Amino acid sequence: MKKFKSILIANRGEIALRITRTAHRLGYRVIAVYSDADAQAPHVRAADQAIRIGPPAPRDSYLNIPAIIAAAQHSGAGAVHPGYGFLAENADFAQAVVDAGLVWIGPSPAAIRAMGDKAQAKRQMHQAGVACVPGYDGDLQDDATLRAQAHDLGYPLMIKATAGGGGRGMRLVASGAEFDGALSSARSEALAAFGNSTVLLERAVVEPRHIEIQVFADAFGHVVHLGERDCSVQRRHQKLIEEAPSPAMSGEVGRQLRRRMGDMAVAAARAIDYQGAGTVECLLDAQGNFYFMEMNTRLQVEHPVTEALTGYDLVDWQLRVAQGEVLPETSQDEILRRFEAGGHAVEVRLCAEDPAHDFLPQSGRLLAWQPTTHVRVEHALETGADISPYYDSMVAKFIAHGPDREAACQTLAGALRSSVALGVRTNQAFLAACLEHPVFSGGQATTGFVATYASEILGAAPPLRAPVVALLLYAARAQELGHHPTRVALPLAWEVPLRFALDGEAVSASLLAQGGNRYRVACGDTAEDFMLLAADKGHLRIACGSGYLSIAFVLDQGQIYASMAGRQTVVTDLTLASAVRGSTAIAGTIRAPMAGRIAAVHVAEGQSVAKGTLLLVLEAMKMEHPSVAPMDAIVARVCTAQGAQVASGSLLIELVPTTGLSKH
Amino acid sequence: MPLFETLINPHSAVFATNRSHMLRLLAEVRRLEQATRDRSAQSKPLFDKRGQLLPRDRIALLLDPGSSFLELSALAGFGLDHPDPAKCVAGAGVIAGIGTVSGARCMVVASDAGIEAGSIRAMGREKILRAQELALQNKLPFVHLVESAGANLLRYKVEGFVLGGAIFRNLARLSAAGLPVVTVVHGSSTAGGAYMPGLSDYVVMVRGRARAFLAGPPLLKAATGEIANDEELGGAEMHTSVSGLGEYMAEDDADAVRLAREVVMRLQWGRHVAPAAASPQAPWLPPRLDPQELLGIMSADGRKPADMREVIARLVDDSDFLEFKALYGAATVTGHAAVQGHPVSIISNNGPLDPDGANKATHFIQASCQSGTPIVYLQNTTGYMVGKAFERAGMIKHGSKMIQAVSNATVPQLTVMCGASFGAGNYGMCGRGFEPRFLFSWPNARTAVMGGEQAATTMRIVAEAGAKRKGLVLDEDALAAQEKAIIHTFESQQTAIATSSLMLDDGVIDPRDTRDVLALCLTLCDESARRTVRPIQFGVARP
Repeated sequence: MKKFKSILIANRGEIALRITRTAHRLGYRVIAVYSDADAQAPHVRAADQAIRIGPPAPRDSYLNIPAIIAAAQHSGAGAVHPGYGFLAENADFAQAVVDAGLVWIGPSPAAIRAMGDKAQAKRQMHQAGVACVPGYDGDLQDDATLRAQAHDLGYPLMIKATAGGGGRGMRLVASGAEFDGALSSARSEALAAFGNSTVLLERAVVEPRHIEIQVFADAFGHVVHLGERDCSVQRRHQKLIEEAPSPAMSGEVGRQLRRRMGDMAVAAARAIDYQGAGTVECLLDAQGNFYFMEMNTRLQVEHPVTEALTGYDLVDWQLRVAQGEVLPETSQDEILRRFEAGGHAVEVRLCAEDPAHDFLPQSGRLLAWQPTTHVRVEHALETGADISPYYDSMVAKFIAHGPDREAACQTLAGALRSSVALGVRTNQAFLAACLEHPVFSGGQATTGFVATYASEILGAAPPLRAPVVALLLYAARAQELGHHPTRVALPLAWEVPLRFALDGEAVSASLLAQGGNRYRVACGDTAEDFMLLAADKGHLRIACGSGYLSIAFVLDQGQIYASMAGRQTVVTDLTLASAVRGSTAIAGTIRAPMAGRIAAVHVAEGQSVAKGTLLLVLEAMKMEHPSVAPMDAIVARVCTAQGAQVASGSLLIELVPTTGLSKH
Repeated sequence: MPLFETLINPHSAVFATNRSHMLRLLAEVRRLEQATRDRSAQSKPLFDKRGQLLPRDRIALLLDPGSSFLELSALAGFGLDHPDPAKCVAGAGVIAGIGTVSGARCMVVASDAGIEAGSIRAMGREKILRAQELALQNKLPFVHLVESAGANLLRYKVEGFVLGGAIFRNLARLSAAGLPVVTVVHGSSTAGGAYMPGLSDYVVMVRGRARAFLAGPPLLKAATGEIANDEELGGAEMHTSVSGLGEYMAEDDADAVRLAREVVMRLQWGRHVAPAAASPQAPWLPPRLDPQELLGIMSADGRKPADMREVIARLVDDSDFLEFKALYGAATVTGHAAVQGHPVSIISNNGPLDPDGANKATHFIQASCQSGTPIVYLQNTTGYMVGKAFERAGMIKHGSKMIQAVSNATVPQLTVMCGASFGAGNYGMCGRGFEPRFLFSWPNARTAVMGGEQAATTMRIVAEAGAKRKGLVLDEDALAAQEKAIIHTFESQQTAIATSSLMLDDGVIDPRDTRDVLALCLTLCDESARRTVRPIQFGVARP
C-alpha cells in the first residue's frame, strides 16, 4: 500500500516540470503551486491541479510555508516535493509538512538542521572522522577573536556566513589587512540575506576543484553514493558547468580517489541518519587532498549529469525512498560499474545574465526560444514568456552525454550554438566558449577559471559584424513588410542608407540590392558582397567571403534581436529615426538595465554632471546597480524617483551632453 | 505544347557580336543614369551641412526594403538641357518611379534637389504629368517629395508657365479620383510650387527646411514692400500650426520619410482590392530558355532580321507560347502565353506587316478584348508592306483596320520597343501615340518614320525628278550634302536614348529585365482593375 498517490511540488520552473514528468510517468497526481507571476507558467499547465499561493515576491509565495501547507491540504496532496532552492533545505518547512500529516520527499527535518548550520555541520563531520577544511567555527563572534583565529589559520582564508549559501555572505580574504573590511561586509550581507550575521572562517584552498558526491539513502540503512560531479567552473560562487566524471579523477588513481571520496560521503550521510537524495560538496586540491565543505540535503540542480552516467532517474529514487521502499539499487559496486562505464556527461546552466557586465542578472520577455533537440534540455521556457526578476536567473539546463569528455563537450557546445534564446541576454555563447576554451578542454579548469579567462571567453563570441547587421536589418524589415529579400526583382538602382545602433554603438552603412539575392553593403570605405541564401521567418542564411552565416532573429518594437552561434546581438534601427532626436537618444538617455526598484536618485533636473558622476542606484535581484553619467552633461529630465518600481529598459534620466555634441 | 526549338547558339560568334553590341548600348544608358546620380550627389556636403538627405536617399528610405522600383523616364530631357552633350544631365530634375511604400504600390515622384536646387528642367513638366497620368490609370497613391526652386527664371518660357498648370489640375484630379496624394515638403516649394502641398491630401513638412509661400521675401518686397523672413512666410512651424497647410511636422528628412510611410500605411491601401478570380500567384515556371540570352538575339546589324519567337520564348512562363494562326500571315507573330502567371496576348513582327498579318493582328486584338487578355506588343517592325501587289490587296484598309483595333482595344496594352519601329508599323504596333499603358525601349531600339537612307534616297529621287521636269542640272555636291544631312537628322533622332529623352517611352530597360518589367506592369493593370476607389467630387479640400 502506497503512502501517497499525489504530490504537491513546492517549486516552479524547470525543476517543477522535471519532477512532474517522473511523477506522471509513475502515475502520481501532481499539484502545482504558483505565484501571481507564474499564473500562466508551463509548470502550472503541466500539473493536474494548480493552486495560487501568493504574490510574485518569493517570501509571499514560494517561501510562504502556511500558504503551501494550506495548498497541500486543500488539494488533498499526499506528499510534498520541495525541488531545490526556495524551501528545499528549510527544516521548519519539512517539519510543517510532516506535522500536517503529509509525506516529505527529502531527509528528516533533523538531518536538514544538522547540515543547515555550516559550523555545526563541520563539527559533526569532524567528529565522524570526515576531513574538513581547517578553520574556526566557534560561537565567539567578536572581531578580536575572529581576527586572532584568522591569524592562526593563515591567509588566504574564507569568511562564510554559517547560514549561508549561493555565495552570499562569503568573502575571500587574501591578507590580514583586508580582514576587517571583509568581515564587516560579509556580516552585513549575511544579515540582510539570512537574518543571521554569524560567520565561520576557513583556510582558503587555492584554486581548488569543486567536487561533489551524490549520495542516496533509504529507511533500511542502505547508503550508497553515485559517484562525483565536478562543478569547478563557477562565477560569483555559483556553478556554471557541471560534469562527471571529474577530469581530475581519471585512471586508476582517479578510481581510488572516487572510492575514497565516496566512502567519506557515505560516512557523512550515515553520521546524520540521512534518507533520500543528498550531495556532499568537497574541495579537492591539486595534491589530491579533499575536504568536506557542506552537504546539500536535497536534489541538486546538476543531478541530470549523474542520471546520464548511471541511467537512474533520481526523482524516481526519491519517490521510492519517500514511499518507504528499498533503494532501487543497493550494490555500490554495480552503481560504480555503471558510473565508470557511463562515458561522460556535461551540464551547463543557461542563465538570464550579461556575462559582459559581471553576469548582471537580466529579466524581460523572451522573444524567441528554440532549444536544440539534440541534447537533454531542462527548462520551463517558451517564446513570449516573461523572465521574472523575482526568481533565479538560471532558466535552463543543457545536458550532453557522450562516450568521452571531448565528445560530450563538443555536442554540448554545438547544442548551445544551435539553440535560440532572444530578447533577454543570456550566457549562451559564453557557455559554449567556456566549453571550447583550451584550459577547460584540457580538464584543467578550477574554480578560478571564469575569473581568470573571462575576457578571453567573451572575446571568443564576438557580436555580428556591422555589414552583416545592415543586411539583417534590411532583410528583416523586407520580410516584415511581406517582401522576399531572396528574390528582389527590379531593385532600386542606388544604395539605401542605413543607420543603426549595434550593441549601443551607432553605425552607418549603405546597402545596394543587386537583384535576386545579391547585395553589396558598404560600411566606411569597405564594401562587402553577400548572397542571401534563405530568409525564413526569424531566420537568415547568408553567404559571404568568409563562409556561411546562420542567424536567428526577432523584431520587437524597433529592435532586432539576432543570434548567431548562440551570441545575441541587439540592433536598434535608427534608419528612419530623426538624427536630431537620434543623437541624444543614443548618448543621453539612461535606461533601467533590468527591472527593479530605484534605491536612490543622486541628481536633480538642471544639474551639471561630469562624466562618471553617480546618477542613481537601481536595486534588483538583491543587488545594487549604479548608473553613472556616460559623458559631461546637464540633467534634462529625471523620469523616476526613489522607491519607484521600474521595468527593464524604462527611461530613467535624460541628459544633454555638454561636450562632444555631434552636430549634424 | 511542343517546346520551341531555338536556333540561337549562345556560343556562336554572331551571338557574341550581338551581345556585346547590346551591352555597349546598355552601358551608355547606364552611364547617363549614373552621371545624373553623381551630379546630384555632388551636393552631399551641402545637404549634410544642412542636415538633409539627398533626394535619392529620401526615396531609398521611403520604399520598402526588398521591394522593386520601376524607375520611369530616367533619360528624360537629355540633350535638351544644354547645347553641349557633355554638359547635359538626364532626368529633367525629377526622379519618378513606381515603388512600394508600407506595402502599397505608389507613384513616387521626387525633386532632384541635388541638381540646381531641384529646379524643373527640360521635359520636367512632361515627366511629372506622365507620372500623374500613370497614377490615375493604375490607381496608385501619389507620393511627392518636394524640394524645388521652381522654374529657373533665367530660362523662363511662357508655355512652361501656362502648360505647367496641368500638374496642379492633375493633383486635383487624383484626389477626386480617390487616389490619395501625400506630399513631403523637404525644402522650397514656392510660388506655383506652393500649390503642390495646397493640392495634396496629406502634407508632411520638415522643420526649419520646408518653405511654402506664393511670394518669397525678394518677390514680396518687390511686389508690396513688405519685409518678412522665410520662416514667417512659409516655414513648417507656421504651416502646421497657423495656416493649416501642413498636417505633420517632421524633425528632419528621415523623420519626414518615416511620417510619409506611416501615412501611407494607414491608408490600408490593400483593403480595396477584390481578390483575383484566378490567382496570378499560382505557381508559375520560369522560361525554359535563359532570359540572359535576350542580349544576343537582336542583330547588331539592323538589317539582319531576328525571329521574335526566340525573344518570346525567353520572356514567357515555361517558354510556353501557343501561336495563333502560325501559318497565316507568318511575318506577323501572334499568340498566347503567360508572364509570371499573368495571361497575355503577344503580338510581334517577323517581317513587315502585310495584309494577312494586319488581318490576323486585328482578329487577335479583338479576340483578346473579348477574353479580357492584356496585349503585349513586342515591336520589331520595318512598317507596312509597300508595292503594287500590296496596295492592290488593300494594305491601307487592312492596316487601318489594325490601327482601329489597337486604338480602341478595351484591354491593357503594353509595348516594348525591341528593335525596329519604322513607319506606320509604329502605330499599328501600339506606339507611344496610341497610349499603351506602359511603353519601354530596349537600348537598341530605333524609331523613325522611315530609315535615314530611304529618306535621303527619296529626297534625291524627288529632286532628280524636279530637276528633270525643270530641265536643270543637279548640283551633285549639294545633293550629297543634303543626303548626309537627312541621314544625320533621321539617325540622331532614332536611337533609344534620343526617343527616351523626348519621353516617347517610359524608360530604356535592360532586355534581361523585360520579363520582370512586364510582370510588374501586368500586376499594376490587374490590381487596378480589381481595385475599388472612392471618387469624391472635387477632391479633398483643405479647411
